[in-house]
Amino acid sequence: MKVPLSWLREYVDLPAVTAHEVADKLTAAGLKLESITSHGHDVKNVVVGEVLAIEELTGFKKPIRHCKVETGEATPREIVCGATNFVAGDRVPVVLPGGVLPGGFEVGARKTYGRMSEGMICSERELGLGDDHNGIMVLPAGAPIGGDVVELLGLRDEVIELEITPDIGYALSIRGVAREAATAFGVAFRDPADVEPPADTGPSWPATIGDPTACDRFVLREVRGFDPAAQTPLSMRVRLARAGMRPVSLAVDITNYLMLELGQPLHAFDRDKLSGEIVVRRAQPGERLETLDHVVRELDPDDILITDQSGPISMAGTMGGLETEISDGSTDIVIEAAHFSATGISRESRRHGLVSEASKRFERGVDRELPLVASWRAVQLLAELDGAAVQPGVTHAEVEVSPARIAIPSGHPGAVAGTTYSKETVVARLQQVGCVVVDGDDAAVRRGGVDPTGVVTGGELAAKLAVTGDDMITVTPPSWRPDLTDPNDLAEEVIRLEGYESLPSELPAAPAGAGLTEGQRLRRRVGRALAGGGYVEVLSYPFVSAADFDHLQLPADDARRNAMRLANPLSEDEPLMRTTLLPGLLKTLVRNVGRGFADVALFESGPVYRPRESAPEAAPVLGVERRPTAEELASIEAALPDQPLRVAVVLTGEFERSGWWGSGRQASWADAVQAARLVAAEARAELSISADQHEPWHPGRCAALYLGDTLVGHAGELHPRVIEAYGLPARTSAMELELSRLEAAMPGPVETPPVSAYPVATQDVALIVPDFTPVADVEAALRDGAGELLESIRLFDVYEGEQVGEGNKSLAYSMRFRAPDRTLTVEETTAARDAAVAMAADRVGAQLRG
Amino acid sequence: MSDYDPVEVTPLHADEVSRMEADAVAAIKAADDLDALKQARLAHAGDRSPIALANREIGALPPAARAEAGKRVGATRKAINEALAARQAELEAERDARVLVEESVDVTLPWDRRPRGARHPLTTLQERIADAFVAMGYEVAEGPELEGEWFNFDALNIAKDHPARSDHDTFFVGSTESGMVLRTQTSPVQIRALLQRELPVYVISPGKTFRTDELDATHTPVFHQTEGLAVDEGLTMAHLKGTLDRFAEVMFGKGISTRFRPNYFPFTEPSAEMDLKCFVCRGASATPGNPPCRTCKSEGWIEWGGCGMVNPRVLVACGVDPSRYSGFAFGMGIERTLMFRHNAEDMRDMVEGDVRFTLPFGMEI
Repeated sequence: MKVPLSWLREYVDLPAVTAHEVADKLTAAGLKLESITSHGHDVKNVVVGEVLAIEELTGFKKPIRHCKVETGEATPREIVCGATNFVAGDRVPVVLPGGVLPGGFEVGARKTYGRMSEGMICSERELGLGDDHNGIMVLPAGAPIGGDVVELLGLRDEVIELEITPDIGYALSIRGVAREAATAFGVAFRDPADVEPPADTGPSWPATIGDPTACDRFVLREVRGFDPAAQTPLSMRVRLARAGMRPVSLAVDITNYLMLELGQPLHAFDRDKLSGEIVVRRAQPGERLETLDHVVRELDPDDILITDQSGPISMAGTMGGLETEISDGSTDIVIEAAHFSATGISRESRRHGLVSEASKRFERGVDRELPLVASWRAVQLLAELDGAAVQPGVTHAEVEVSPARIAIPSGHPGAVAGTTYSKETVVARLQQVGCVVVDGDDAAVRRGGVDPTGVVTGGELAAKLAVTGDDMITVTPPSWRPDLTDPNDLAEEVIRLEGYESLPSELPAAPAGAGLTEGQRLRRRVGRALAGGGYVEVLSYPFVSAADFDHLQLPADDARRNAMRLANPLSEDEPLMRTTLLPGLLKTLVRNVGRGFADVALFESGPVYRPRESAPEAAPVLGVERRPTAEELASIEAALPDQPLRVAVVLTGEFERSGWWGSGRQASWADAVQAARLVAAEARAELSISADQHEPWHPGRCAALYLGDTLVGHAGELHPRVIEAYGLPARTSAMELELSRLEAAMPGPVETPPVSAYPVATQDVALIVPDFTPVADVEAALRDGAGELLESIRLFDVYEGEQVGEGNKSLAYSMRFRAPDRTLTVEETTAARDAAVAMAADRVGAQLRG
Repeated sequence: MSDYDPVEVTPLHADEVSRMEADAVAAIKAADDLDALKQARLAHAGDRSPIALANREIGALPPAARAEAGKRVGATRKAINEALAARQAELEAERDARVLVEESVDVTLPWDRRPRGARHPLTTLQERIADAFVAMGYEVAEGPELEGEWFNFDALNIAKDHPARSDHDTFFVGSTESGMVLRTQTSPVQIRALLQRELPVYVISPGKTFRTDELDATHTPVFHQTEGLAVDEGLTMAHLKGTLDRFAEVMFGKGISTRFRPNYFPFTEPSAEMDLKCFVCRGASATPGNPPCRTCKSEGWIEWGGCGMVNPRVLVACGVDPSRYSGFAFGMGIERTLMFRHNAEDMRDMVEGDVRFTLPFGMEI
């Protein structure tokens, strides 16, 4: 809402304060300052001049005039001008050499088109008055020659732009802002709606309300003999422009001016184009209307329409119809002012993608008492500024409405704030808002009429929201505050007008909390472990495309292809919710490589979205008057996808860097598997690893990660086709595992291991096994065979070659034995080692290497 | 000892002993490295050295002469050992000086074989905020990102026709009629907390949120919020103010407080916008004449988030009796907090995953 300060001052006796001081007070009251624009303060040396003589210059591409202009100085000025809409004897604004136009544009004397030009004759746009640049601005004949144009036209003003929250529609008007400003400064407020239209003298154009849920007040008044050529007074045009509306024509400008001033949208019909009784109703199937913007709109049965015998003539509160619009030739005008359903207009506006100044106000709630007043002021202005004749009579269709009354203990605002306000303060503040306050508990639900704000009231809810206590007062909110429906709404009014800055600051005594959960701790540990291990965290968008699944080489029936789809994705290319973390990570990896980083290791932790089998297609949207039942809540959960937490890494280039110390080590499948072990270790879990073939991994370099019998993820080198599809460096490796599963299986506290002080006995063994034998199986056999005396085992060499025969490999282990209670004898250690080797021979056919 | 001749006692003559000492001292002095000294030690203090041999002769002397001879030999051995020890120390010092210099390296050589990674600052900032509240007794509450529309809107008193519920602002899953959205705020976690936990409830919920904004320097369709909720008997707006003042102090230092301005949110009533006193200029830049401040753009205050008293309608939807319980809630954007706390100027950097952006933030923020 753009508020010219001069307009505001018309209705509030503001003290001598700056626009900033006004804006600060309004901000503190909840009307937030967006910006302040100063007009006319930088304009210098623009005076009234009289055109004495005009010489038309020829030989140029466009008409050029050389004028003699009397400006009240010693001699007339010679000025070159490209406009032709003035004649000798006209008074015009002239900026003299050395003068400044809005925006700091300095004007000097210069030679142009072969003549001297001492200054410039100005258009409205050049003076910052509007968009009109069609010609020179011609001033009234009585304007004093040499007089200051800025003073004369009242160009100096400040415009305060305020952000108006959606609950306070009344503040989308000078009237509403002025009321707040008056309260904030504690000064008098003059209500621009405080006019008494004459008593009804019979109806005007016939109208009825066909749907009382669409409209509960509908007012028509008429003027005749309107002069369509009449000009809008400059002062009105300036205000419209500064408030952000384009001046159009006198009749339209008057309706817009009153809408800005009062907050009541108005519509002007050409009386000659109306036929028969006007009915306000919802649309019927198949109805259409061509609106002012020349768009033919298919109407929805929920749309609220103004209709006459011919059918729809206007989309109520949103945009008028083209057919009945007033035009250059309209002389008889019907002015409409009405009160429509807030939700009805909101839906209509959204459905048709049509946001107008009128719809913005209606959907936020308009004062139901304004239509009679606003329409009266409109016809008065048409008569005053144009000489049109006001037709006696007014059509006033309405639905009976009894307003809501809210009862609260007078101490309620203080109880909400955590301070004490006297009853006098509470009553006085509510009265400043416009409420009627009486003693006693006499609450009432609003009855009849349209939905004024979209807030559901009454019923079971009213009783649950009621606040009772001592010293009850009953409050009837004013017609312009349909947003005040609940006890806490009244509390907010009192607290905000008393000032949020005066709230006390007190720490509540929260109960002792339990700190982070095991799962929350685990997630932090995993992040730290991976970061400490060389991985950089990324937070990529969870949006993927079906092409990602192709890039990952997922088979047609892979469960990961079953993804939740967005109805309105930002990009049609990525309409799916990720079922794996890898696409986002891989794209981020490519971006980093593209930016010149060859050695990159990244990790991400976050949910994937996995549709549940036979889940319902929709989650019910429940009511809000009570707590939903367990079954109702379960019905929502049933539709939502499973959203397990995963962690994934991708890496390429050198994982250990080359340097002056020698060459480094390329990131490989082994690092990816190790990343999984690192994560598992934080969950105090030991993964068992086995070979697998699972996209998007290289079929010969893919590890399945198991926790017990549960598959929790995969790791290894990516499939060369995946690498090609994403444009990744060769041998890029990746790991992804489901952290939720590790979290669920977290064991209890660590058992302290016995620390034996007896000496260690070390035995090395080299075993020959077929080369396809997984090392993990060999090691498991050795461990199981060696028994309790085995302290640790470490593979220190893998050898394949002639000495061990074709198709075999040799594994060299160092085994350490120790007993908790004695020094082991050579015999004991050897027996344990032999048992280990025997187990390996038994399970995997291992032979002791000679 | 059987073959020794008690008559031959020449080695014990005073002259002889003196000569042994002189020889030994000369040899020790002459030793110019530790090996030579080792040889000298063997020759003059070893088992077969003249003085050791002389010592053995003492037993052969008549008892009257033994004491004197023993004293003489003992003094000489002591003198030799002292000379050895002194020379040993000298030579070791020389060796250390020489060898350790030879072994010196250039300690300024780089050693970045295994560079560290880092956690994303949005993650660590959320943790830091959560920790501030955990210290006040709050627990961290969580909820799904793909959420039921009822949780995200209705239960929070966001009317069916509220503009935020249109597909211009909200990502709908499946269709706009599916009742499922990507949560547009962390507030649905409030609803889950109230439905699942026993009262009183004091929770903080950091998390990812979604709105249909195109990515640019100041917008991202996927962003993060942290939301707090307290529902208890007797909670007031003063408690909300006290909580946020304390939080501001914990995050930004002593003397940094908050300021409330009236605002509107459907899920709180009364509602307020919360500003943070600028922690850089401490508000001074707003006074004319003081140097400008880029953190608060010389306004003295930084817009931080929204807050208010939980709308009793929200309590009703969760089955909490508003005549007995009241609550407050607050929330702030994490991207925005990162921007003003760390002078991050472009949100795209937080999204793109460039390692240069993330690495400096390390493990904690």
